[in-house]
Amino acid sequence: MTPETYQEIRDAARRGFAVVISAAPFGILFGAVAVDNGLTIAEAALMSATVYAGASQLVGVELFSHHVAPWLIVLSIFAVNFRHVLYSAAIAKHIRHFSLWQKCVGFFLLIDPLFAESERRGDAGIRIGFVWYLVLGLSVYVPWLVLTVLGGVLGNLIGDPEAIGIDVLLPIYFMGLVLGFRSRANWLPVVVASAAGSILALHFVGSPWHVSLGALAGIAVAALLPLDGDEAGAPVGDPVEGEA
Amino acid sequence: MEALFRPEMVAIIVAAALATYATRFGGYVLITRMKRIPPRVEAALNAVPAAVLTTLVAPSAVTGGLDVSLTLVAALLVGLRLGVLPMLAAGWVVVMILRHLIG
Repeated sequence: MTPETYQEIRDAARRGFAVVISAAPFGILFGAVAVDNGLTIAEAALMSATVYAGASQLVGVELFSHHVAPWLIVLSIFAVNFRHVLYSAAIAKHIRHFSLWQKCVGFFLLIDPLFAESERRGDAGIRIGFVWYLVLGLSVYVPWLVLTVLGGVLGNLIGDPEAIGIDVLLPIYFMGLVLGFRSRANWLPVVVASAAGSILALHFVGSPWHVSLGALAGIAVAALLPLDGDEAGAPVGDPVEGEA
Repeated sequence: MEALFRPEMVAIIVAAALATYATRFGGYVLITRMKRIPPRVEAALNAVPAAVLTTLVAPSAVTGGLDVSLTLVAALLVGLRLGVLPMLAAGWVVVMILRHLIG
């Protein structure tokens, strides 16, 4: 193993640890809620292993318990996960050099923190190596599975996540990721527009659409604000709509 | 004994997994079909991380109750100086104190 590879693995594992700390309560919570809502532990584990998107998994098991039509459950999970379309478009410039199967694996593992960490590494001018990406991805994926099973076994022993203060960890973690991008162009107007858009959309449209609508508000602001430097003469059009 | 897997549940989970995988692959397929990425599209893509991740935070800051709002403000102040792990630690301490004080 070259020193560079060793360095990549160490960096990825270290970042994965921070992700697992903040996501762990939700892995356990998902397992517990899933079993509580009538899934078997094996089914909960299958869901964590294949869907692998925490928020949408919680929405899914919530709907299972309400005997909602299957297609509506699938559509709801799709809606919650729609933001990943934006991730996979935005990350394209960093992972073009992946081989086809590396892309197939890479996109499967593409969760919020993995996307954010990849963008940050790309911003720093470091090439995204597949080893780094895979180690970071698996260092979250494997614990997520283990925690789901653990939550399913513990069931309701955990009780109320608010009582032990773990419900705030994920929002704080995401806030930390947002702050990590504050050197990017138009960061503040984008954040303000997304925040306002998501809060308004939550109020007037409802969950989970507030995520996509709020994100589109921020992205539209970035697309419409004046571009810096020599690109100012580019065609204006309405490129955001095509992205949606 | 209860079955490990029930077929209808597995079908829903697999369909949801395929739909999710499509969202994770789809954006890449769309964007790489463009010969050249217009600057405004690039500016839009550049805003994706901050724009999307903000929507996962902002609503809980407003609708999560006073304890959550104050905790997120405290975490924000810490985050302007320090990294994510200190934010998590500070946020957890603050929310536990607040819940102890205001019930």
